[in-house]
Amino acid sequence: MTHHLTSPVSEEAIRELKVGDQVLISGVVFTGRDAVHKYLHEGGELPSGVNLEGGIIYHCGPVVLKDENDEWKVVAAGPTTSIREEPYQGDIMKQFGVRGVIGKGGMADKTLAACKDHGAVYLHAIGGAAQVLAECIVRVRNVYMLEEFGSPEAIWELEVNEFPAVVTMDSHGESLHKDVRSQSEEALADRR
Amino acid sequence: MRGLRESLIELIRRTSAEIPDDVQRGILRGLEQEKEGTIAKSALEIIEKNIELAKRKSQPLCQDTGSILFYVDCPVGLNQVEFEAEARDAVVEATKRGYLRQNSVDSITGKNDGTNLGPGSPNMHFHQHATDKIQVRLMLKGGGCENVGAQFSLPNTALKANRDLDGCRKVILEAVHQAQGKGCGPGILGVCIGGDRASGYEFSKREFLRMLDDRNPNPKLDELEQDILKTANELGIGPMGFGGKTTLLGVKIGAANRVPASYFVSISYMCWAFRRHGASLAQDGTIRDWLY
Repeated sequence: MTHHLTSPVSEEAIRELKVGDQVLISGVVFTGRDAVHKYLHEGGELPSGVNLEGGIIYHCGPVVLKDENDEWKVVAAGPTTSIREEPYQGDIMKQFGVRGVIGKGGMADKTLAACKDHGAVYLHAIGGAAQVLAECIVRVRNVYMLEEFGSPEAIWELEVNEFPAVVTMDSHGESLHKDVRSQSEEALADRR
Repeated sequence: MRGLRESLIELIRRTSAEIPDDVQRGILRGLEQEKEGTIAKSALEIIEKNIELAKRKSQPLCQDTGSILFYVDCPVGLNQVEFEAEARDAVVEATKRGYLRQNSVDSITGKNDGTNLGPGSPNMHFHQHATDKIQVRLMLKGGGCENVGAQFSLPNTALKANRDLDGCRKVILEAVHQAQGKGCGPGILGVCIGGDRASGYEFSKREFLRMLDDRNPNPKLDELEQDILKTANELGIGPMGFGGKTTLLGVKIGAANRVPASYFVSISYMCWAFRRHGASLAQDGTIRDWLY
């Protein structure tokens, strides 16, 4: 079934989501990937203006250009591989009150446990679908740490409309990635 | 070669924004075989829509515009220094136009100067041949799929893989299983049996220059390619690792000689956003025709 999520989002709305549900996300999301996660996990402070309470982090390094009016325009913006943030993600969710993470490829046990304890979900976007997903980005509201981290690694504050994703890890301890891995393991054992 | 720079900018634009026909046909076949109402089907529908949109808007298919790999076949006497300088200028210009993301990071300082130039970027492979043809191919290979590549040294006790084609089969399938959806499947494998640690990966990437639906002229490798494709698609990993029938779109395997002590199997994984194009160039560097 398809749910509409508006960010910032409540724990209650998150708890309703189950693995396999399709969601359309509207509202504000913040990009954050390798450099941001390492920085925050090492005790770095959020730049002023970034509030992740009830928020959604998007694992994404977009292509962003300035248009003729000197406004930022997102040219391409699909998800990056999330597993690289596994050492940090669970702690960051809890520390900053994050309710959702958009990425691709799924995450592992530490994040899954944090999703359950804290009330958060992992939202799988379609990897490589940079154009379809960029079309859902209505506006760039701001950018933070551009100088320090460079464009792909900066924190981009994006306003999105009906951004499509699939819940692949929910707040009840279920993970599609775990299931597919164990089923494919069995299928492979029969064919070795 | 007055027309070279513009030709290379166009090659970069086309490679970044337009998926080659052979790959698109593969994706359409995958779309047909996934069941209605599944998330696998819906993933492939979004992918198909993305392909159309990127082409129409002339913008990157995927925001990770990848490592920039040029393969140039050229006659003796072509000025490679000049060619490389033009390629570097073309990369800078293509980055300004947004065909390429600012994607090249200094590994020591972590700085990204936004030009896409630096040691190893762009990556140039020149090959001289005995005709007067100039052909340039470009591959843009994203980091997500590059990260799930794997290299095995046979024998491998845990996988019961010996130094033979059955051993190769076992480790290649293991790599597919380990990748799950993380390489943005449905993927394509480029494999090299043999070589050393560096040439193995280098040759495995060259396999991606083949047409997706060609057949391997070596009957043993052809059989292995077909077997791995069929078996991988029975594992149920599916598009994006969502479950489903389309785990791989193709398998391309080559071989290189090895020293008696080594037996490497090097596996490169290419995402569905398989970006490679190529062109034959006239003597003045203008594009004569497209290769894919």
